[in-house]
Amino acid sequence: MSIQDSVIDDVEQHDVILRMNDIVKDFSGVKALDGVSITVRRGEVHAICGENGAGKSTLMKVLSGVYPAGSFGGSIEFEGHEVAFRTINDSEHEGIVIIHQELALSPYLSIAENIFLGNELSSRGVIDWNKTNREAALLLARVGLDENPATKILELGVGKQQLVEIAKALSKRVKLLILDEPTAALNDEDSAHLLSLIDHLRMQGITCIIISHKLKEIKRIADTVTVIRDGKTIETIPMDGPDATEARIIRAMVGRDLNSLFPPRDSNIGEEVLRVEDWTVYHPVDTSRLVVDGASFTVRAGEIVGFAGLMGAGRTELAMSIFGRSYGTNISGRIYKNGVEIQNRTVDEAIHNGFAYATEDRKKYGLNLIGDIQVNVSAAALGKLAKAGVVDSHREYKVADSYREKMNIKAPSVASITGKLSGGNQQKVVLSKWIFAGPDVLILDEPTRGIDVGAKYEIYGIINELAAQGKAVVVISSELPELLGLADRIYAISEGKLTGEVSRENASQETLMHYMTAGKD
Amino acid sequence: MSTTTPTITPPVPSKRRIPKLSINFRQYGILAALAVIVILFQIMTNGRLLLPGNVNNLIQQNAYVLILAIGMVIVIIAGHIDLSVGSVVAMVGAVSAISMNSWGFPWWAAVILALVVGAVVGAWQGFWVAYVGIPAFIVTLAGMLIFRGLTLVLLTGGTISGLPAEFTAIGAGWLPSWLGEVAGRDVLTLVLGILTVVVLLAQGLRSRATLRKLDLPREPMVSFWIKNGIAAVAILAFTWLLSDYSGTPIILIILAVLILLYTFLLNRSVFGRHVYAMGGNLFAAVMSGVKTKRVNFLIFVNMGILAGLAGVVSTARAGGAVASAGQNYELDAIAAVFIGGAAVQGGVGTVVGAVIGGLVMGVLNMGLSILSVDAAWQMAIKGFVLLLAVAFDIFNKRRAGGR
Repeated sequence: MSIQDSVIDDVEQHDVILRMNDIVKDFSGVKALDGVSITVRRGEVHAICGENGAGKSTLMKVLSGVYPAGSFGGSIEFEGHEVAFRTINDSEHEGIVIIHQELALSPYLSIAENIFLGNELSSRGVIDWNKTNREAALLLARVGLDENPATKILELGVGKQQLVEIAKALSKRVKLLILDEPTAALNDEDSAHLLSLIDHLRMQGITCIIISHKLKEIKRIADTVTVIRDGKTIETIPMDGPDATEARIIRAMVGRDLNSLFPPRDSNIGEEVLRVEDWTVYHPVDTSRLVVDGASFTVRAGEIVGFAGLMGAGRTELAMSIFGRSYGTNISGRIYKNGVEIQNRTVDEAIHNGFAYATEDRKKYGLNLIGDIQVNVSAAALGKLAKAGVVDSHREYKVADSYREKMNIKAPSVASITGKLSGGNQQKVVLSKWIFAGPDVLILDEPTRGIDVGAKYEIYGIINELAAQGKAVVVISSELPELLGLADRIYAISEGKLTGEVSRENASQETLMHYMTAGKD
Repeated sequence: MSTTTPTITPPVPSKRRIPKLSINFRQYGILAALAVIVILFQIMTNGRLLLPGNVNNLIQQNAYVLILAIGMVIVIIAGHIDLSVGSVVAMVGAVSAISMNSWGFPWWAAVILALVVGAVVGAWQGFWVAYVGIPAFIVTLAGMLIFRGLTLVLLTGGTISGLPAEFTAIGAGWLPSWLGEVAGRDVLTLVLGILTVVVLLAQGLRSRATLRKLDLPREPMVSFWIKNGIAAVAILAFTWLLSDYSGTPIILIILAVLILLYTFLLNRSVFGRHVYAMGGNLFAAVMSGVKTKRVNFLIFVNMGILAGLAGVVSTARAGGAVASAGQNYELDAIAAVFIGGAAVQGGVGTVVGAVIGGLVMGVLNMGLSILSVDAAWQMAIKGFVLLLAVAFDIFNKRRAGGR
């Protein structure tokens, strides 16, 4: 506990903006927060780390008044006095603004309208448009966004939308800005820009709390890290200290050392299972735009093949177009399975041909979130459980329950609603669904996105086991270390073209990045 | 931080336990509401609500809503809506009446024709929704106008009445008294009631036995007996009352078959499971290989056939075809489905819920009529009940949602 004591000593000398003491919050008996305390100094960037379900989001909801004062235990001191927020408006009034993972902008309104939404610059009920646009332009300059304030939100990418959210926060004279997983949906370039903006805000004296899984970012940006696990504060680490390492944070997050981020594996590679030749796909709306340009690749039995590419390089589009033409138009090229040319004209046909594709966005494309685990596990292969169109629900239960145990899905029963599971457990349900479908070729698109360290390790283990069973596995990922840790061979894709192929032995982040950016400028 | 182990230990399989099935309050809530409304009106009408004749009329008068609600709940689970069913009922009624009166069709051929016309209408609308991709709201709004218009064209000669007795019996007749009467009560009806209870209990016990054999979760014995006990008493009381009037309405048999058939279809068939999957998350269903276009098409064909059947039933009950038939039927059916616990966003809903929702509306209608409440007020009250039912549902969900 000596570190924590020293932090507290340190804090006494600084100006403290926020102190949350011993926060307890339970949901019908289940403790989501069990005595979390956190102290944030004025003008610092304070990162909160923890596995999914550790209680980070709940803590922020307590702070911002989503859960009204009185519905939780403990106390909150902001700017030296105790506060009791009953609504989000109360906390915003004090200068606490939270930017959620899912952005809350209205797509058909302009940037300026969004910034001042609910806070319109008006006199006697009439909006002063000149002032609105002028003020918006000033705010956009502060966040480094070079766009006309009259531009509609839907014309902006996610990265720029995030900046608009921050501009909106600035318009409310924010003192404490909370960012929940701000870079989860951003590419590297936008992430870098956002991080430097946070740097910039720090210089202007704005305090930031940032919730993130990405330890590299935390190392880059944070002054202090508080780690939460199972609803408790584990420790607070000053990042300028000597032992502020990623390993240290991971250990605090998972409560154990991770000697290796990847489970060990012996590759046992067999015959070629999948061969794709000259695969070309055009954009579904802008039909003259090439999205995948003459891609050819192979995957062998028992092999894990990685696809590395920057956002928008065409990785997902390649996978989806192969999986039953679920993306794109004017698709041409040939697919061979076990040496025989096949057609994947519909998703159904692709599944019958032994393909499986776990989508990048599991909430949008992967799961029936209002359905239970059982329904989701059987969704892609109901036919296997049915005779003459009638589903054998007893067998369905048995199957789902066996996956729940085998995959270590943390839920009381298969009747649990998937929407209420954590990201890692949801991903295990998606994988169960596809494993049950019995594919020979598995394409996994960003299989560990938004998943905490412990669950990641388990999912890597599942992927390895699938390869060991002789399946041909394709893993698409933005995280190069992940591909380097998993794959036997890695293809790099850039602007729709396969620009390189490297074996595990020869692969490094540098060579991959070189291929991934090939063709650019 | 003393608990440091060198590597992650493999997951320890959790101790196997059989979870108990939680009671579906959504479904029982609406059943309780029906019971409360029945008791309330029974008291307010000084016992007139449950007079044998009224119980009989409750079934015969509301059969069309219940039939339409069964089709509509499937449409709504899949995330669509069908505004055309009222007009389809009118058109099918007109076609079947004309086929018997002008073309000399026998009654059974007219019924088949009605179902075929319904299926064709459903295929037409299903084509636009599933294969062209026009939202069902628009397609069926157009259908509402188109089929009402066609009904008016067909019935330029005015009302068609004088339909064969066999045909009108479908909506307004009873099973013959094959087993005679005892003390003025129809024995067949009583036997059917007892038979139903026996089958219900046998079926329930059998499926419990299967679950036990397979080591699957099952509801507690106590709740099983309470539930089935209440159901048995209600069924026996219901048939007791019917036997005192004219016996078993033919339409009741048709309804019972439909409820069983469609409950099975939605819960156990691949088709039904695909409907729920599409309503829960359309994209995920597509990416899981569900042939969504075909399922959508079939949903509307099915709705068309049931609208055709409802057309037969309401024409038979009225004893003739009128151009104004079926007005607002679509709204009654939609209201029944939502009162019965279906979700506006799709993905949730049951046949039994929709039927109970339809009965809630029916009892309200009847109770208010017996109390001779003004028709205008009846309408307003029904509106409030619909709003209240859905609000209650949302409130419940919010409370259960927690996080």
